[in-house]
Order: sequence, then C-alpha cells, then structure tokens
Amino acid sequence: MTTVTTMTQWLRDPAPRSRLQARAGQLWLGWLRLRRNRLTVIGLSIVLLLLLVAAFAPWIAPHNPLAQDLSQRLLPPLSPGHLMGTDEFGRDIFSRIVFGSRITLYIVTLVALTAPLFGLIVGTVAGYFGGIVDQVLMRITDIFLAFPRLILALALVAVLGPGIENAVLAIALTAWPPYARVARAETLTVRSSDYIAAARLQGAGGARIVWGHVMPMCVPSVIIRVTLDMAGVILTAAGLGFLGLGVQPPLPEWGQMISAGRKFLFDQWWVATMPGLAIATVSLGFNLLGDGLRDVLDPRSSGK
Amino acid sequence: MTTPPDPVSIRPRLWPRLRGVAGVLVALAATLLGLLLVTFVIGRVVPIDPVLAVIGERATQAQYEAARLSLGLDRPVWEQFAIYVRDALTGDLGTSIRTRTPVADDIRRFFPATLELATLATIIGVILGIPAGVLAATKPGSLLDQAVRLIGLIGYSLPVFWLGLMGLLLFYGILGWVGGPGRLSSGYEMMFEFDVPRVTGMILIDTALAGQWAIFRNALSHIILPAGVLGYYSMAYISRMTRSFMMNELSQEYITTARVKGMPEWRVVWVHALRNVQVPLITVIVLSYATLLEGSVLTETVFAWPGLGLYITTALFSADMPAVLGGTVVVGMVFVGLNMFSDILYRIVDPRAR
Repeated sequence: MTTVTTMTQWLRDPAPRSRLQARAGQLWLGWLRLRRNRLTVIGLSIVLLLLLVAAFAPWIAPHNPLAQDLSQRLLPPLSPGHLMGTDEFGRDIFSRIVFGSRITLYIVTLVALTAPLFGLIVGTVAGYFGGIVDQVLMRITDIFLAFPRLILALALVAVLGPGIENAVLAIALTAWPPYARVARAETLTVRSSDYIAAARLQGAGGARIVWGHVMPMCVPSVIIRVTLDMAGVILTAAGLGFLGLGVQPPLPEWGQMISAGRKFLFDQWWVATMPGLAIATVSLGFNLLGDGLRDVLDPRSSGK
Repeated sequence: MTTPPDPVSIRPRLWPRLRGVAGVLVALAATLLGLLLVTFVIGRVVPIDPVLAVIGERATQAQYEAARLSLGLDRPVWEQFAIYVRDALTGDLGTSIRTRTPVADDIRRFFPATLELATLATIIGVILGIPAGVLAATKPGSLLDQAVRLIGLIGYSLPVFWLGLMGLLLFYGILGWVGGPGRLSSGYEMMFEFDVPRVTGMILIDTALAGQWAIFRNALSHIILPAGVLGYYSMAYISRMTRSFMMNELSQEYITTARVKGMPEWRVVWVHALRNVQVPLITVIVLSYATLLEGSVLTETVFAWPGLGLYITTALFSADMPAVLGGTVVVGMVFVGLNMFSDILYRIVDPRAR
C-alpha cells in the first residue's frame, strides 16, 4: 500500500529529479487522460488480448490448427470440443483463429516497423534539406500516394509472388507515403528552431541533426498515425489473403479462411463468419485505441 | 499556399487563380508520368519472359527473335519507356495474353459495371451520410451523434468482403429479398444480350432507355446489395466528415448573428451553414467516389461482378501482366484525375482557397 502511494507521488512530483522521473511522470499523466475515455480502454484491452492470445496460442487453442480429421468436418459451432465448429477438413476453427492471431500480429508488426521508419527518413530529409531534395522526394511520395493502395499491393504481389513476406513488403511499400507527409510537415515546424541552430553552430552535420534532433520530434505524430493505420493494414492483409495472394494455405490466415468458407456460405455459415468476426474485433480495437491516443497526444485534431 | 494573399486586393482576380490551376495541371502531368514509370518498372522486373508469354513455349528461335523485335525489347530501356508512355497516352495498353484482345478494349467493356456500382454506392452514401452528419453536428452527444460515430467506427473496422458475404447470406440466402451474385439472373442475361442496345454499358441506364423494365428490375435486385455494402462505407466516411465540417461552421460568429436575428434554426443549419461547407464536402464526396472505384476489387470478387477489379484479379491469376498493369494504370489515372478535379474545383469555387 505504502509503496503504491510513494510510487504515484514519485510520478506526480512537480520537480522531477531525473530525466527518467520526468519521462515516467509524463507517461503517467498521459495514461490518466487515456483512462478517462471508456472506448479507448476497450480498444487497448482488445489489442492487449490480441498480444496475449498470440503469445499463448499453443496453450489457448484446444486443437492443432493444421490437424485434419475428415470424420469431424463442417461441424456447427458449440459442438462438443469445437467452440466455433470445424471447417471442410475437420480442423477446429477456434484453434485456427487463435493461431491466426500470430500471423496477423506478425504482418502488423513488420509493417509498423518498416513503413513508418522509411516514411520518417524520407519526410525528415525532405523537410530539413528543402529545395531540390524536397521537390524530388515529395513528388515520389505523391506518385505512391496517387496509387490506390490495394491495387498497387496487388500488382506488387503479382510481381513478387504470393506469400507472407511479399504481402508485408507490398503493404509496407504502399503504406509509407502518409508518414513521409506527416514527418515533413513536422520537420518544417522545427527546422528553424533555436535548438537546431545551436546544434548546427556546434558543428553537427546534416545527418546528425536529422537523425538526432529532428526525427525524435516527429515520432509522436507518426505513432498516432501508425495506430490509426493498423486497422487499415489488417484489412489490406486480410483482403490480400481473401484474394489468395497473401499467406498461403494451410496456414490459418483470417482473410484466407473467409475465402475458403465462401464455398459453404449458405449451408455452413460459420466457416466464413467466425474469422471475419476476429478481423472486425481486432481492427475495431486498433481504431478505438488510435482515436484515444490522438486525443491524448494531439489535442488540436481531436473530434475530427 | 505559396505566397501570402495580397491584403490590398480584396476582389478575387482571375490570373492567380488560373496560375493555380496551371500548377495543378503540371503536377498532374508529373504524377501521371510517375504512375507510368512505376508500372513500367513493375512490368520489367516481373519474372515472366514477356516474349515467351506472347508466342508460347514451343516457338522457334527465329520466331522468338521476331517477337522480341516487334515488342521493341532490343532497344535501350529509356526508349522502351518512351514508347510505353506514348502508347499509353494514345490509349494503347498492350494486348492481353489471356483474352488476346487489346487491354484498352477489355477495360472499356469491364469499366461500366464498376462505374455503375460505384455511382449508385456514392448516391446512397450522399443521401444518407450528409443528413446524418448535419443532424449529428446540431446535437453533439445525442443518440444520433453516437450512432453516427458508431457507424463510422464499424465502417472503418469491417472487412468489405466479409460484410458482402454476410449480406449475401442474410438477404439472398435466408431472406431471398435480393438477387444473388452477378449483374443479372441467368435467364435475363440472354434477354439483355439480344434485346437491349448498348449505349452506356450500364445495365440500369441501358434497360431504362430501351424500356425493358423486367430486365431493369432484375438488374436492380442484383446491384442493390453490393451497392448497399459499398454505400455503407461511403456513408460512414461522408457522415463523419460532414459532422466535423458542420461543427466547425456552426461555431462561427455569423451563425450566432443569424440566430440572434431570429432566423429559424432549420434555416441557419440547412441553408447558411451547409452552404458554406459545400466546397470541402464536394472534395470529400469526390474522394470517396475515387476510393470506391478502386475499392470495389474485393466487392466485385465477392459478388462475381464483372467490373475492372474482377478483370484485374482474374488477369493476376493467369499471369497476364499487360492486363494487370493496364488495369492498374487506368485505375490510377482515374484516381489521380478525380483528385485533381476536386483540387481544381476547390480553387475555382472557394475564394478562400488561394
């Protein structure tokens, strides 16, 4: 009990004694603001649930997601031992959805690490150096922005061949331009600040200023965008899977599971319905969390 | 945007506006060139030999060389790109390997179905979305406002292909209210083929022009579900944006003035405020229209709708790269064109946007 109160006191200290304490205090205040919005908490819980399910999939799933049992095929939901029923090969749908969360998380994580980083570099370099560099980089960004995302991803997968890594690459290649835009706008607001001028006077080179002094300033707005975009990434990945261009069977990817269930839609509705509910829940979670984070970190654009 | 407006001249002058439009056009040309460059590069790195794809595996070396020359593959890369751009601008997108017809002709046949679907969906989205957004903005926090927020959230979270399948399951499989996949039931397909002259390629318009109301009704029963599904996404976006624009507008001082003067509330909201948000609203509608034109790839697969999206995905599975890239270029151009159109409209209509 006493440790808890001293902990919050330490966090709330108006005169922090260390950088760590100041940062932790800021995070604590942000968390308090985030906690106020019920929808955001629901979103956060869904995302945490996804992480837990993915981490403990072998313990949660009652069956092997790949094990076929043709005597048990197309059982309806709530059959003994099969909470969500079975598919056309007698595989347990619930177990497949549980293991499918790993694939979704894998795609989301890889895209969330690569696309924003690439966008950050392009955007900050364009914004900081300006002139012809800015012109060229931003025109390239505009070209990629002009392509409809799913169609460009389709064309890229057509070139690279279907598969999970190529799906990630295709999605990342279509996802980076908005981050470049955001980072450039942010860079323009800080590039003429005094602290940048001070760094330059101390003899810091362009690369050092961009990497060490400009990029950290752009990270918060990029993180908000990433969270808001994650739902879109999940939907695009599922769409590629649905078209048969993403993760290949027999791996339990949700979009591809829906596609397999299409054949039985009118007689065995659950095969296509269950994975769709999983996709909807997870993307709703990311949307709610993203909305809440934006309201906390960027009060200017709240309510839009 | 580039130069601050001259405070002395309040009257809008034509020249800067035209110069803004010219700038947009230059950007359009550069973007289109980049679009073609990207598809050209994708077409070059594809691991399929374009010559073999055209002449087949069993051709002789001489035939191979002849085809290589006729495709222009012996020339330098930049020259090939120049030829590619010239051909694309004159409407030549190559020949489809699968159908053996020019890609441009194929697209002309498939595009009207996509256009019909996207147009109907946008109409649904506008008719439902704008009033919902306006009403939500007049009573923030009310039940309707919450509903608009919820509809938007669900719209951003549900996979379109899944919603389409669920719609088919409920309204076609269980209730039997609508027609199933495809643009027409099989009996009506022959009737449409022989009795209705093609004018636009859009079945609803062509049958209405020919007075074939039985086919019209059948076509309507088939299009209503996919259009409704896409219209839902359009509505989610339009209502959310309308709400945010109207919230902003209703907090302006001239609205307070109008209210103080005793103007009826409906007139303040629907005439004064709505008129001032119409320009950004048009941009939003055009953007959602453009997204629907491309986003129908998945919907068309679900509903076996013979449009551009289905054409591209079918071509993809038969490794028909000219068709895939041709389709990509056309969709990209429509997308860019509509964006630029809204940009120009914005500059011409709204005196503040200069």
